[in-house]
This record gives sequence, C-alpha cells and structure tokens, in this order.
Amino acid sequence: MTNIKTDREPLFRIVKRDNIARGKAWGIRIGAVVIAILIGAVVSAILGGGSAFGTFFSGLFEGVFGTPRRILNLFQNTAILLCIALAVAPAFKMRFWNIGAEGQVLMGCLGSVVVIQYLGGQIDNFWLIIVMFLASVAFSVVWAVIPAIFKAKWRTNETLFTLMMNYVAMQLVAICIFAWVPSGSGVLGTLADGRFPLIGGQRYILNIILVAVAAVALFLYFRFSKHGYEISVVGESENTAKYVGINVKKVIIRTMVLSGVLCGLAGLLLVGGTNYSVAVDSVDNRGFTAILVAWLGKFSPPAMAFTSWLYVFIDQGAKNVATLMGMGEAFPDIITGIFFFFVIGCEFFINYKVKFRPRKKKAENPVEEVAS
Amino acid sequence: MAKPVAVQMKGISKFFGEVVANKDVDLTVYEGEILSLLGENGSGKTTLMNMLSGIYFPDEGEVVIEGEPVVIRSPRDAYRYKIGMVHQHFKLVDVFTALDNILLGEEMPRYSVKERAAELKEEAAEPRYVVDNDDAEAPVKTVRATDTKAGRAKLALRTAVLPVVKLFKKAQFNWLPRKRGQKAREIAAKYGFDIDLNKKIYDMSVSEKQTVEIIKVLYRGADILILDEPTAVLTPQETEKLFDVLRNMREDGKSIIIITHKLNEVMEISDRVAVLRKGEFIGAVNTSETSIPQLTEMMVGRKTDLNIHRGDPVGCEERLTVEGLSFTDHEGVQKLKDVSFTARSGEILGIAGIAGSGQRELLETIAGLLRPSKGTIVYHDPATGKDENLVKKSPAKIRELGVRLSFVPEDRLGMGLVGSMDIIDNMMLRSYKRGIPVKIDKKHTVNVPLILDRKRPRQLAERIIQELEVVTPSTHTPVRRLSGGNIQKVLVGREIAAAPTVFMAAYPVRGLDINSSYTIYNLLNEQKEKGVAVIYVGEDLDVLIELCDRIMVICAGKVTGIVDGRTTDKETIGLMMTDSLSSENSEEVAND
Amino acid sequence: MFLTFLQSAIRFSAVFLFGSVGETLTEKSGNLNLGIPGIMCMGASGAIVGASTYVAAVGGVGGITAWGATLVTIIFALLFSLLGGLIYCVLTATLRCNQNVSGLALTTFGVGVLSFFGGSADTTGFTVISGFFRQSFPIGDNPNWFETLFLSYGCLVYIAIIIAVIAAIVLKKTRVGLNLRAVGENPATADAAGISVTNYKYGATLIGSMIAGLGGLFYIMDQTGGVVEYTIDTYGWMAVALVIFTVWRPNWAILGSILFSILYLLPNYVSVSFAEREVIKMIPYLVTIVVLVITSIVSRRESQPPAALGLSYFREER
Repeated sequence: MTNIKTDREPLFRIVKRDNIARGKAWGIRIGAVVIAILIGAVVSAILGGGSAFGTFFSGLFEGVFGTPRRILNLFQNTAILLCIALAVAPAFKMRFWNIGAEGQVLMGCLGSVVVIQYLGGQIDNFWLIIVMFLASVAFSVVWAVIPAIFKAKWRTNETLFTLMMNYVAMQLVAICIFAWVPSGSGVLGTLADGRFPLIGGQRYILNIILVAVAAVALFLYFRFSKHGYEISVVGESENTAKYVGINVKKVIIRTMVLSGVLCGLAGLLLVGGTNYSVAVDSVDNRGFTAILVAWLGKFSPPAMAFTSWLYVFIDQGAKNVATLMGMGEAFPDIITGIFFFFVIGCEFFINYKVKFRPRKKKAENPVEEVAS
Repeated sequence: MAKPVAVQMKGISKFFGEVVANKDVDLTVYEGEILSLLGENGSGKTTLMNMLSGIYFPDEGEVVIEGEPVVIRSPRDAYRYKIGMVHQHFKLVDVFTALDNILLGEEMPRYSVKERAAELKEEAAEPRYVVDNDDAEAPVKTVRATDTKAGRAKLALRTAVLPVVKLFKKAQFNWLPRKRGQKAREIAAKYGFDIDLNKKIYDMSVSEKQTVEIIKVLYRGADILILDEPTAVLTPQETEKLFDVLRNMREDGKSIIIITHKLNEVMEISDRVAVLRKGEFIGAVNTSETSIPQLTEMMVGRKTDLNIHRGDPVGCEERLTVEGLSFTDHEGVQKLKDVSFTARSGEILGIAGIAGSGQRELLETIAGLLRPSKGTIVYHDPATGKDENLVKKSPAKIRELGVRLSFVPEDRLGMGLVGSMDIIDNMMLRSYKRGIPVKIDKKHTVNVPLILDRKRPRQLAERIIQELEVVTPSTHTPVRRLSGGNIQKVLVGREIAAAPTVFMAAYPVRGLDINSSYTIYNLLNEQKEKGVAVIYVGEDLDVLIELCDRIMVICAGKVTGIVDGRTTDKETIGLMMTDSLSSENSEEVAND
Repeated sequence: MFLTFLQSAIRFSAVFLFGSVGETLTEKSGNLNLGIPGIMCMGASGAIVGASTYVAAVGGVGGITAWGATLVTIIFALLFSLLGGLIYCVLTATLRCNQNVSGLALTTFGVGVLSFFGGSADTTGFTVISGFFRQSFPIGDNPNWFETLFLSYGCLVYIAIIIAVIAAIVLKKTRVGLNLRAVGENPATADAAGISVTNYKYGATLIGSMIAGLGGLFYIMDQTGGVVEYTIDTYGWMAVALVIFTVWRPNWAILGSILFSILYLLPNYVSVSFAEREVIKMIPYLVTIVVLVITSIVSRRESQPPAALGLSYFREER
C-alpha cells in the first residue's frame, strides 16, 4: 500500500454489492468448492510425497461410495451433523452467536446416559427412550438458555459465554463418568439399555429418519410459523422488530430454548442411536463444525442438509485418501479446513465488488504530471 | 475576491448504487473565509464533504489544491493536504480521554535519513575561510571539513548513526509520557477553548465532545476545517461561543466550511454561501449581497405549481390529543419540549421544521417506540368513543388496545421494512400476529395462532403492486432491490391497508421522483377523505402548503406555531422554522 | 512439595500466557480470533517440522548444536503460526468474512495440521533439542526456594513474561498501542484520524498469532520434553478464557495464567478422587463466566471487551 504514489487513484476499490443474481452467487460458491477440492488434491500430492494426483479423486469417491457400509456411514454422519446444524441455525439466524453447541449437545448426551444409568433395565425400552429424550432436552435447554438470559438482560457477550459453557459441560461429563466408573479409567463402557431399535437390520436408520423429520419440521417452523418469522425480523433489524411490536428479549430466550431442544435431540441420537455411551469427546468437535456447515447453508434446512452432506463427503473421502496414501488420521482435517477457507472466503465476492482503477485514468495520469 | 484559493472541487459526482448523491459539483474555497454549505436534508452536502475528507472516494471529478489535482484516498491523505473534518456523528473513542483522542493517529514529523545525510554532506563541504596572515598572496584560504581525515571520518560516522537517530526519534515519538499533550493544551488556550483534556469522552456533554473534535482537527494542522451541522446539538449560548472560536480561526487564516441548513446562522457567521440542491451545485454568493429569501429560493427551488388536489376537511373530530410532550434522548439531549397539538380526523396536519428538530422523535413517541419524559398522548377511539392514553405503552400494547395507528417511518429499510425479505413477508410485518384463518363451518373462521398466513399478505401484496403500480419482478423480490419509490409504495400501501384511523408519515417522498411523490400525495388525500387523521412530516414547504390543512412548525423540539395551510406562505413558515418570529429565542436549552 | 507444585505451575503457565497475550493483542484490534487454539497447534507443528528438518539436515542427533536447533525450531514455529494468522486476516480483514466462522475453521485446520505433522514426523533428537529449551540458569542440585521459583525454567518461560510485559507497555504507553486500541474500539474513528485500520488489524493479528504460536512450541519442546501431545487446542481455549478473565490486560495475564495453571495442575498434587479432580479443572471456566457476567452487569467502561470486537469494518458502509 505505502509504495503507491499518493497522487494516484488506488489500484482497486471495494464497493458493496446491492444485489447479486442467485445463480451467480451459487456459481461463485460452487466455484469455491471446486477450487478447494483441487487445492486439496495438490496439497495431498505434496504431503503424500508425489502420489498420483488422480488417487485423490478416486480415493475420495471410493471412500464415500465404495461399500454399502460406507454409504450408510455417510448418511449417518450427515444426519448427526445436520441435527446439530439445525440446532444452531435458529440462534444464528437471529444473530445470536451461539458457539456452545458442543457443550449443549454433550449435555444432551449426559441427560440420556443419566437416565440409562438410573432407570435402565427397570422400565420398558420404549419408555426409557422417551424419558431419555425428555432428559436430554431438559439438560440441553438449561445449557442453551443460561447465556440467552444473560444476553437478553445484560447484553453479556454470548460468544464467549457459550464457549466457556462448552468446557464446563465437558468437565461435568468427566465428573459423572468418574462417579459411575469407580475404577478411575475415565471411560464409560457401552450401555446395554436405551438403544434404538434396528430398522431393516441396520443401526443408523432411525437416526436418519428422526433428523430428516427434524429438518422438515424446522424448515416448516422457519417458513410457516410466527416464531420463525419473528426470528428473521429480529436477526435482520432489531429496530424493525421493535417497530412492529416484537419483544426482542422474549424472542432471544425462546429461540435458545428451541436450540436447546434440537441439541438435546442430537444428544439422544448420539447416545441411543450411535455410541450407547458418553465420553468427554462424544460430540467430537461437531458442535463447531455444525456452525460452519449451518453458516454455509445460510441457515436454511435444505441447504444445510446439502452442506452437511458435502462436508461429510469430503471428510470421509479424505479419510480414505489418507489411508490409501498412508498419511495418518489427521489429513481429512486439513482438507476440510481448506474447504472451509475457500467457501467462507468466497462470500466476499458475493457481498462486494472489486472495482479496478479505470484504464482511461491511467492514460491521463502521465499527461497531468507533465502539465503540473 | 482577492483571497487565494485553498481548495477547489471540480465536477465531482458520487453514486450509491442507483442513488445519485452528488452530480457534477464545482466548489471553490478561499483561504481565510467561512463558507456555508447550504442545502436541504439529503441534498448531498455531507457526502460532498466526506469526499474532501477522504471517507468516500468520488466516482467522477477531481480535487485541486494549489493548482494541482490531488487524490484523497483516505482521511490520512486529507490530513496531509491539511483538510480536517468534524463529523456530525462524532468520531471519538468513548473510553479514551479527550487528550488521547486528540493524539490519535498523529504521524511522526518526517525524518528522512537520506535527506539528513545529504544535508550533513553539504554542511561538511561548506567552505570555511581561514585568514592566513603568513601567506601574502592569498591571505584567505578555503578550508573544508572534509579536507582532513578526521573530518571525513566524523562525517562518515555522523551519517552512519543517522538510522539509529531515526529509530531513537521514532521510539521517542511513539512513547506516551504521563505528561503529554502540551501542544494540544496550547491550541486549546490559543483559540479560547475551555476544556479539561483529561476527562473521558463518555463523561462529556455534546458540546465538550465537539470541542474535542475541533481541537483534534486543529492539532493535526488542518488549514481547511469542515464542520458538519456543528450547531445542531448546541444551545444558543454554546453556538455563540463556537462562532467566536470560528472567527478567531478565520483571523488566523484558516478556511472553514460549515455544513448547515439554518439560514439565520448562515447570515450571522459566514462570508460566502454555497448552495446544493438534490446533489447539484446551485451557486455561491457573498453573504453580504444576499438575503434569507434569496437563499431559501436557492435551497428549495423556485415555486412550482404543484397542483395537488386539496379537498375540504371532512368530519373533523378530535382523534389524537398531544399535551405537553417532552422527550430526552439517551445522550441527554432534549429533543421534544412541551409539544402540544391535536390531530383531527379528515384533515392533514403537516409538520414543518428543519431536519432534526424533533420530528422523528415526535412520531416515534406517539407510535410507542420512545418513552416520553413528560406529557400525555390521548387517542379518541371513534368506534367506542373512549379515550386511551398511549404514553408508555409499547407498540404491541397499543395495537392490542384496538388503536389503529399507522406509521411510515423515516428509515424505510431500517425500520419500516426488512430489506432482505420479499414483499409478501414485508406485508406480514403488520398482520402476522393474527395467525392463519381456518374455516370451522361455512360461516365461522377461527384464526389459529402460531402459524403464518401468507395468503392474505400475498393478496395484499398483489393488490398493492397493482393499485400503486409498484415496479417489481415479482412478489418474491427482496424489497431492498426495488427502487426508492417502489420501496416507499410498498411501505405506504401496507400501512394504509391496516385501515388506520391515524396515519403518520415521516418524509414519505424523500428521494422519490415526481410521479411516485404524486402517488403518495394522492394516497394521503384519499386517507383524509376517508376520515383518517393524517400527520405528514415534510421538508418541501411548497408541498406542505399545497397539501396540508394545517401546518405545525417546530424548531429545536418546540412548537413555534400552527398555521392554516390555505392562508400561509413559505416565508412565514421559513421564519417560524428558525424561530425568528418569536421575540425571545434565546431560551435556555437543557443540555445534559 | 508445595514448592515443586508452584514451580511446575509457573512453568506450565507459559502456555496460557503466550496464548492469551497473543489473543489479547488480536482482540484489541477488534478481531475475535477463535482460531487461536488452531494457531497454537500450528506453532507446535512448526516446531515439530523445524526440529525434525533440522535433525535430518545436520545428519542425526550427533550434529545438533544448541543455537542452531533452537533457532530453526523457533523460526519454523513462528512461520507456521504466522501462516495461520495470515489465513485469518485475509478472511476477516481483507475479505470481511464472519470472524467467528473463520476462527472456528482455522481451529479445525490447525488441529488437523498438528495431528498430521505430529503423527508423521520423525521425532529423533527431540529430547536433545528439548534439553536446550529447558536449559535453566545454572543452579545446583539443591536449589534454595528462590532459585527453584525464579531461576529454574527454560528460556521460553522468561520470554513469555517479557513479551507480556512489553505488550502491556505498548498497549498502555505508546502511540502504536493507543492507535491499536482505537481500531478495536471504534474503527471508523480510527480511520477518520488517519489510522490504517487494515494495517493495524493485520499487524496485531499476525504478531499475536506468532506469540500464540510460541505457546505451542513451548508445550511441545519444554513442557512435554519433546513428546508430541495433541491437547494444545484445549489450552488454546483456556487462553481465550484467560483473555476475558484478565479483562484484556496482558500484565494481569501473567498472574492469571499462573492461577489457571495452578487450578489445572492442582489435582495432580493433592490427593482427591478422580471426580473431584475434574471439579477443580472446571473452576477456570466457571470463574471466567463469572468475570464475563460481572463485567457486563457492572459495565464499567474500562473493563468491557473492545467495542468493535467481532465486527468487520468497511469504510463506505452507509
């Protein structure tokens, strides 16, 4: 910047875009995804020590669609991620930066496991699952609503608050596990009770169905309910919300309750339908990934379903690539990181326009300099 | 005009999307003068000055300083050309002291190692003359410091340490000692500012903040000072004080540009007046050779025959009685002072006044968005005949009481509508709380709460698009993408559709073209004929006079009079707007 | 016993101190960098890559020299964390993307980078290099309390404290600090005063990232003694918490980080049950929440987060 002569117009200026055709916006996004995957391929070629460039692509697809098991995993992982993404979407739509989904879901897991620990084997499995659901929801809602109350009342920074709540939740889980497992191994084994029934002999089907139902429900909620509408208005402009008589504080708290309910559902699915147990890392960073996924999907449930799927696709595919090329488990995180950077960065080109210095001016400049 | 030119703007244009903020403006500022930049609200004064101070970059045109075209890309560049601006919304960091705000962003005095080295070399090469008494032929001998080895070594050493010296100077400049800001204090003393520079900004009154801003600009060495609406927030006494300071500065040879729309102040303080209208430069005149009526005409344009149909008032029952309303904003500025008036059904009550005189606050207080400190707002319900006091009730509560109050706010996209939502969803802002109608049998329908009804809003949207000729690709286009006129039609259409008994509109035609404006005027007249009490806040006096039955004029939050629209004229209103009619206009304004 | 506990707590505090001082500088420029845990991981990966590259280059453990090894390791750690900061800056300051989202993506990325390089690197010679980093002042085998508490650490602990002190002085006592704080409080004001908002954001975030990256280096090369561990992101989040806890003051962070580290290590030194251990570990987060809530309720102007924290700045915004 400093070496440009002061007497010249800047090389380019950034201008805010008022509108952009939907097709063009999606074109930019798809372009970003394609570039990200290409760069992922290049990075893997470099890190993998000159492995064939094509291995990346074949490995990617094989890892996702290679076997029926992998395809099922793809949808199971998509379902869990989408469920958490659905949970964070309402708050983010309202511009409430809840980055505590990790902790909220973990509390949901804890809720279910508490129920299994104390009621398991004593009541019918169906009712057990119902009670698990209620407990999960209750735990998650508490976790979600505490920062909301402080935000509504004192405008306490919700980003930092929810972030801290994550770690408190993790410690709580650790405490409970030590309380339940006297050996001190810190690992709670899988539990026999409260497991979801198999559907068609397959484990994850019920998870996928429940999340699909939740996604449709949330879509309807956003689109057709008064509450969903109020969330949008508060998110877009608090002034307008006040103008039409919306109680902003109430909306904040109510929306975080909803967020908590969905986190509770995710917790239940993780315990009852996936892990049959709880650990400090049960959520495995998906609380954070879900935020990225939801943000990329613009908080619209169908789009989020797609972005979750895309993320899991790349993650799972990259895992396979890593195995094929012998690059260790962490390789997918690098590839998904690159994916996120590009998809996040491309939003700039949707919101802003880069205006270059007009050519004509360039031609004039020397003349002016001579004249002066 | 014998004074030298300080800065010249040539053919400046600036566009925001499709909005033309400035079009081909030429402006010349001379040294040692106070220039008023006069224009109505939205005429592009601030935008023009923002381009001089580096906040915006002009789309066309050039700025000329000392005969050379210059490019101002940022406020830093502006300071380099000795241009400083005091913005209307102060640019101060609240948690800093005044002094730290003044020191903010100051650049180190230039220190170039290369130039210093050249200087040293020159100095060393300077011939010194030694009178040599022994040498009869050439008693005067030229000796240079570089002649000796020691001299050369000394020069080399001095040159070599220059970067270190620079680094040291840099460090020294960078250090903020506890006792800092002597220069700022001197400036404050020189121009007669009375202020404690160690006070935190958040503890300061508005006028103190303004003082800090002015000192800041002077401290940065500005010779051209731009003040955006400097008196808007000041009491008359504070204004007087400010003017004294400005005169001091003029004596000092500084050029001062005041952005304003207050004519009496223009006459009092400025040497010259430049007028902008609708983004275009109208002309510049010497204050001594002009008059308020001439300036008014330049500012608002020639009287045109508007031909707005005005029917006689119908019915005329009292609908809204406002009594002794006062409001103080969160900065402690009293925006409304004891405002009383009555709005009657079947007539249009116009509100005239300089922008920012409390019009917005008045309407928002009535609508329940702001809480007044004093006074009553009584609504006389035509259906039940009951009176309701609306003070301290939220908009939702007012609606629940059955009060049919429609309000077209000044900030269309920031308050009246949601820019990113489509027309249908914007229609729902008013109606969504009703829920969806479900037929239980042939005659009865029940509104199911919680679920949105998009059918009626869609019908409404389609009706508005058709009746008001809204140009839009579809009902699903986000309203932000519509043009200003169409946005306003959507908003006004929605508010009218609520079948109001009181209809308030703040600057409903601002930024609209002639045709859209007329659509709005006709809509207001229709409402009036239906027996609605219409309150219209406008800025174009011609329109106010042609459209309104009665016109209430406010100045600095006070009602200066209510006149009949059929008998009054522009001059009277103009004088009332500046409160020049009442004999004692120096009433103390509570501040902070 | 108590002395050893305090000594190890002070040593361990350097991780938090590097992280929180780096994050404080970043946040002072208005960037809420949630990528700090990732950046610390990247710093650690840099250290791993640097050390293994160095060992390979000098031909095995025999060729290692103290200065060469430490310098190469530090430079790599700085470069890696600089890259992390650069990604964040390009996304948020230049492309004006959402800060929370960019930061979280960076953390994911950084954690991945660390496990990747940590898993694949050849760690031969790491213990030797770690020995250089842990080299303390010459104290005897039986140091007295003063020597134990103040002279027994490797160079990075002292560097952490020095950096914290310098950061505090720069923020409070210099024009650069003043301008930086203005950028974080009110970028429009800073811009109007002629401060380049973008440059300051870049500068503070990049320097902050490099400081945080040293935290990762410290953990791998000093704390664990050259053993690669993957818990650094947790410490990164604690460092973010520490920033709030110390209400954005690097000098307070010196004591704050020791306190956090005491709480974190306490369970290892007292005989409590496993569950009670976890309760103690929860305290730092709870205390941080309490501080956050209290500062928002009391709303003393000076202990608030920078007013423009988390927001992008675009001059021609209307």
